[in-house]
Amino acid sequence: MVENRPYVTFMAHAVLIFGVIIVALPIWVTFVAATHDELRMTQIPLPLLPGGHFFENLNEVLFEGVGSRGSPVGMMLLNSLIMALLIAVGKISISLLSAFAIVYFRFPFRMGFFWLIFITLMLPVEVRILPTFAVVADLGLLDSYMGLSLPLIASATATFLFRQVFLGVPDELLEAARIDGAGPMRFFWDILLPITRTNIAALFVILFIYGWNQYLWPLLITTDQSMYTVVMAIKQLLEAAEETPQWHLIMMTTLLAMAPPIAVVVGMQKLFVKGLTETEK
Amino acid sequence: MAEIHLNKVCKSYGDVDVLFGIDWTIFDGEFVVIVGPSGCGKSTLLRTIAGLEKITQGEISIGNRVVNDLEPAERDIAMVFQNYALYPHMSVYDNMAYGLKIRGLEKDEIERRVNHAADTLEIRDYLDRSPRQLSGGQRQRVAMGRAIVREPSVFLFDEPLSNLDAKLRVQMRLEIKNLQQRLGITSVYVTHDQVEAMTLGHRLMVLNGGYVEQLGTPIELYEKPATEFVAGFIGSPSMNLLKAKISGDGTKAEFSDHNSLYLASALPSQANRQVTIGLRPEHLMVNKTSQANMSIKVNAVEHLGADTLAHGEFEGCDEIVTLRLHGIVMINQGDILPLEIDPDKVHIFDTETGKRLE
Repeated sequence: MVENRPYVTFMAHAVLIFGVIIVALPIWVTFVAATHDELRMTQIPLPLLPGGHFFENLNEVLFEGVGSRGSPVGMMLLNSLIMALLIAVGKISISLLSAFAIVYFRFPFRMGFFWLIFITLMLPVEVRILPTFAVVADLGLLDSYMGLSLPLIASATATFLFRQVFLGVPDELLEAARIDGAGPMRFFWDILLPITRTNIAALFVILFIYGWNQYLWPLLITTDQSMYTVVMAIKQLLEAAEETPQWHLIMMTTLLAMAPPIAVVVGMQKLFVKGLTETEK
Repeated sequence: MAEIHLNKVCKSYGDVDVLFGIDWTIFDGEFVVIVGPSGCGKSTLLRTIAGLEKITQGEISIGNRVVNDLEPAERDIAMVFQNYALYPHMSVYDNMAYGLKIRGLEKDEIERRVNHAADTLEIRDYLDRSPRQLSGGQRQRVAMGRAIVREPSVFLFDEPLSNLDAKLRVQMRLEIKNLQQRLGITSVYVTHDQVEAMTLGHRLMVLNGGYVEQLGTPIELYEKPATEFVAGFIGSPSMNLLKAKISGDGTKAEFSDHNSLYLASALPSQANRQVTIGLRPEHLMVNKTSQANMSIKVNAVEHLGADTLAHGEFEGCDEIVTLRLHGIVMINQGDILPLEIDPDKVHIFDTETGKRLE
């Protein structure tokens, strides 16, 4: 529907601006709070304009930590980053390989395996948390990057997605590669990976954010402060007993926690959109 | 350079049989065309030669080497696909070089071969482009280039021209023919288009429902179709196939009370039997003076410029007859046209078996 009346244009913009305000206001408040000192944040009314303590707060949060027993947020960010990358890369590699096996090889119980993987959709971390914890603890993986990422790596969604993508790749490409003398792994590496590049990128964005936002699992298996991730740490900052919450530092931490996912989305948005919408191979 | 021997080649998918014992020898340097309607098994036959499909029974040998259990890459063949199957993420150069790289050829040698093929096909200017920047005809050339650089002993073409527009198709058809003549490489070409088949092939195999209907040169197929199917398939517009009865003395074929024709030689063995008479539209002539025994009432006229096609039916039976007259001939709907044909150009088929009767 294309309308060219000024009134409609005005209303459309009004609705959009209203929407943007609703979404952006909390982020703005977070940003403003992160730029003031401790004293200003305990006074009423709350400030709506930025103050001058941004870099001071940033420095304190990144390298010293929040509160008396807090660890530096810089380290938590690093932990989060490593966990999110391990999860995203791990999920993608495993799903790519299992989808490759299911689509391009004929072996007994092929569809059985596919459905077995598919059924795990019904078993997210929260459902299998006790047995998973027991296994990870028995393997001695508590308080390690392996323990943080490994149980979250298996992915039915990604396997299914890659299966659909591979099914859309014309058979002739495989045949041409066979005539050219490429073996299965060579075909996978030289042909299949490059042409599904955009799909991989789109999935990477989704999975990175999924990994970054993990809360329950890291909370459960990390006891060592040096292994804390930033998302779970935010919650603990609020619970510092017998202390006034240090809002300026908490908000700075929040801001830092939001930054990497935003960077990933902004940096990869072209590939992301292409990977989700492009159908022709 | 190689001969291809097909020895009782059978192929089935589960319970469904697709090819029924194909026997054929394709000579060194020959250009053969496998032609048939869709679903006749022609692509399957080509793919079994390529090694993309395993055969269920029989034996295929290329250059005196049985290749039944060899991978496609080991069979010394190259194939051109219907949709070109170019690797979309590689440049034209890389597309052509990929197979050679895998075979571990020296860089210089790869470059020499790719450049040579590019010159042959006049695609030198596009070597750096990616396939999506090329037109259909250019992609087709790249696909052929990829086949040429392998310097194989056999070329396989799987309907390579069917994605091109009509004009380009005619042009590429000629180019393929010239290229094959120049390189002298044994080639097997699959198509459903009988014009392509007739113009390209030294010899043709007409395939129908997994059986070979006829093998032969284009002229043999045109002049002496072995079965009713081949008769109807080869030639455009297709042959008129009409139900008729052989007269008691075996000298005439009668279509209806008023329409009949004399046979070149009497067929007493078929007397009073039902047969199928094949008359090519271009062999029928309008003859107003002679005492013609056939006449049609015209239903529709098509002016093609070089030819005029008239469709009509015999009086007393509803068989549709098409005739092709040279040049522009003024005929109106409803005209009665007396027809005549050289008895040597009448084809007679057994209605039950579809086999040619002589």
